[in-house]
Amino acid sequence: MKVTYNEKDKLLKIEITEEIDHHSSEKIRTRADFEIQKYIPKKLVMDFENVNFMDSAGIGMILGRYKMITMFGGTMGMINVHSSVKKVFEMSGITKIIPIIEEIGGTEIGKCV
Amino acid sequence: MENVYENKMKLEFLSKSSNEAFARITVASFASQLDPNIEEISDIKTAVSEAVTNSIIHGYEDKIGIIKVECTLFANSIEIQISDNGKGIENIEKAKEPLYTTKPELERSGMGFTIMENFMDELKIESVVGIGTKITMKKVINN
Ligand SMILES: Nc1ncnc2c1ncn2[C@@H]1O[C@H](COP(=O)(O)OP(=O)(O)OP(=O)(O)O)[C@@H](O)[C@H]1O
Ligand SMILES: [Mg+2]
Repeated sequence: MKVTYNEKDKLLKIEITEEIDHHSSEKIRTRADFEIQKYIPKKLVMDFENVNFMDSAGIGMILGRYKMITMFGGTMGMINVHSSVKKVFEMSGITKIIPIIEEIGGTEIGKCV
Repeated sequence: MENVYENKMKLEFLSKSSNEAFARITVASFASQLDPNIEEISDIKTAVSEAVTNSIIHGYEDKIGIIKVECTLFANSIEIQISDNGKGIENIEKAKEPLYTTKPELERSGMGFTIMENFMDELKIESVVGIGTKITMKKVINN
């Protein structure tokens, strides 16, 4: 996992760098929650560039982080989602609440993240 | 010719979460004999991961048991059977409903069966409470 924080925009980017399943999601969740509580960001972006596999465990994991960030009054989006991962997200309807964005800092992100 | 199988394999492993990746990668690699495209391979991996994870977290809960995976290749399709001797499913119709989960505290979303049903061409769920669960899935490969 790679974590970057932009103080000016209060933007936390979490780049997941492994396959997401029941086995890996526990570890990802613990680390993500630690980072969210450390920075209390206004915007959280989950980067899926290096995620080549995800099953339903990813839906629960992302929803859980969404609940935490909204509790702190922040917003959340997802970026660089490959088609196979997107297919799982779209099946669940989760992208209606946590949008897949095209770029960070563009008009898109201003709107939804 | 669909009833004549061309190849078969069987796996047995312990219900440990580290075997989830092992199971889906092994099945995908066996299925590659049918020359599936990237999307078909990814659908198979996801469906296998769903069924194996269900056996681990719902079937066996905290206990360690054995999960069996059997694959049969036909000329244009693959059949995958995943079974456990775990606690079984009380109400299969309910379990199949999207968003239905008995383990929300584990951040499960209740999408497993919906994914299996949509990513594969056929899904059969057989389960007896106290005896176990067997999932049979089939995917047509248009090579
Ligand atoms: N092998 C099994 N043994 C016992 N119960 C099962 C088994 N597979 C599924 N179930 C039951 O069916 C329900 C629905 O399964 P499904 O995979 O759709 O959702 P989930 O596992 O709860 O959540 P998700 O897969 O989205 O993380 C489970 O919550 C569980 O009660
Ligand atoms: Mg499941």
